[in-house]
Amino acid sequence: MNALRQASPWVVTGKYLALAFYVAFALFPLYWLAKIAVTPDKLIFSEGTALVPSRFTFENFQTVLLQTDFLAYFRNSLIVSLVTAAVTTMIAAAAGYAFSRFDFRGKRLIIALMLITQMFPLLMIIAPIYKIVAALGLLNSLTSLIIVYTAFNIPFATFLMQSFFDGIPKDLEDAGMIDGCTRFEALRKIVLPLTLPGLGATLGFIFTAAWSELLFALMLINSNDAMTFPVGLLTFVSKFSVDWGQMMAAGVLALVPSCLFFIFIQRYLVQGLTSGAVKG
Amino acid sequence: MVEPYLYLSPAVIVIALVMLVPLAIGISYAFQAVNLLRPFQTGWVGFENFQALWSDRKFWLALTNTFWWTLGSIIFQFFLGLGLALLLNTRFYGKRLVQALVFLPWAVPTFLSALTWAWLFNPTIGPLPHWLAALGILSEPFNILGDPNLAMWGPITANVWFGIPFFAITLLAALQSIPGELYEAAEIDGASTWQKFTKITLPFLAPMIAITVMLRTIWIANFADLIFVMTGGGPANSTQILSTYIFTTAFRKLDFGYASAIAVALLGLLLIYAAVLLVLRRKLVKI
Repeated sequence: MNALRQASPWVVTGKYLALAFYVAFALFPLYWLAKIAVTPDKLIFSEGTALVPSRFTFENFQTVLLQTDFLAYFRNSLIVSLVTAAVTTMIAAAAGYAFSRFDFRGKRLIIALMLITQMFPLLMIIAPIYKIVAALGLLNSLTSLIIVYTAFNIPFATFLMQSFFDGIPKDLEDAGMIDGCTRFEALRKIVLPLTLPGLGATLGFIFTAAWSELLFALMLINSNDAMTFPVGLLTFVSKFSVDWGQMMAAGVLALVPSCLFFIFIQRYLVQGLTSGAVKG
Repeated sequence: MVEPYLYLSPAVIVIALVMLVPLAIGISYAFQAVNLLRPFQTGWVGFENFQALWSDRKFWLALTNTFWWTLGSIIFQFFLGLGLALLLNTRFYGKRLVQALVFLPWAVPTFLSALTWAWLFNPTIGPLPHWLAALGILSEPFNILGDPNLAMWGPITANVWFGIPFFAITLLAALQSIPGELYEAAEIDGASTWQKFTKITLPFLAPMIAITVMLRTIWIANFADLIFVMTGGGPANSTQILSTYIFTTAFRKLDFGYASAIAVALLGLLLIYAAVLLVLRRKLVKI
């Protein structure tokens, strides 16, 4: 009976209006960023507040790509984010598997330890890390960023991976082990292939986080050669504060990798959290 | 059984070396003089940094600002995020596309959302001041980021924009794990939509709400990037929060000891907050 009951047209209209509001709110700033990036320099101020520019140009993108160091920043960020995401996901998958499948002495302590790292201000460790990195001679190296980002992201990635593993029935490995695999083989051949969406979601999530990190990159990197995208763009802003169009074009370029990743992974994120939440 | 320890060891080793050891060192800095501009005056100073903190007007101002920044951000993020999760949990045309689009702000690098919102608030290239003036909210289209009384709304708006998806994703996941039979049974009993929401949905969401609100509050209180990029703590320290104060003390004044003392104070306050919330959760959530 209830299936036949129609929602009132007012409720339906209200729902679509609310959805439209959310979509507009989410997209408007990004639209504005893209709009200024394709507006010819001369029109940026005279048509500053117009919704659509009267002419388009890709000159700003050309300038940014060919005449500035942005490709180098882009490459540095790509290296840091990809390596961080790969290493973190491997370490977190192993740890998440241990949490999901084993009961062992010290489990609660290690979980508590990981939760604590989510609670204290990261700025607390900014000074000691600076001193340690300097003492090791790793200032201005991408390696230092990769190590720091990996450590930052392991706790959340571990909990995420754990919830993905929790969603996969334990019987599958047991069956594999009865057929003569070791547990590690069962993990590699049976469980991991099923966790691919989870691995992808974690990979994408960590990539995005590393791609965006600003303060530690600002602190540990001073040389132009090793700058990541956020630091590069910020120094760009303070050096050439008049070049709105170029900054916006650089901004659009910075958006592309993380947004592509995110659109791909967001469904799996909800899925992974759902399977974890059931056990909660 | 060594197997679980083998799987866990890389994670534990990295976290211990890169986070817990520096944390211990950081706490110890709070009780020392560590100023790179005065390299020869070092050593233990007891509670001197904290005494200086107690009489530092900028610290108290930053503490008040941290409170408003966190409260303002969390309230809007949470309620708008909850609304979005409830909407996304229903059926409608183009759901997959809408879901990908509304989650997008979370993927935008923070520094870039900060820059973008700073540009939107700038009257020469952004529309917001003109719209606000047209609506009569502003007397004339000026940049609120330059007004000490209003500046905090800039970073808060950017933060709400950036943070809604997080609440929406986690709450949507929690909503999807509620068994559908509960709603069917309630409907047969003639429950209204509001009753179903308060008697089924909210109790089921409560544990997730408690944990996400707690984690997010702590995270926002610690979150310096948006303010750092949009206002740099200005104008006249009106958007200076504790975490930006920590950052500038450490890297403009190079006074690591004092910066660590501020950080320890912030950590203490957050621990008290988390403890209160956990006790409340145990009392209120009966699951």
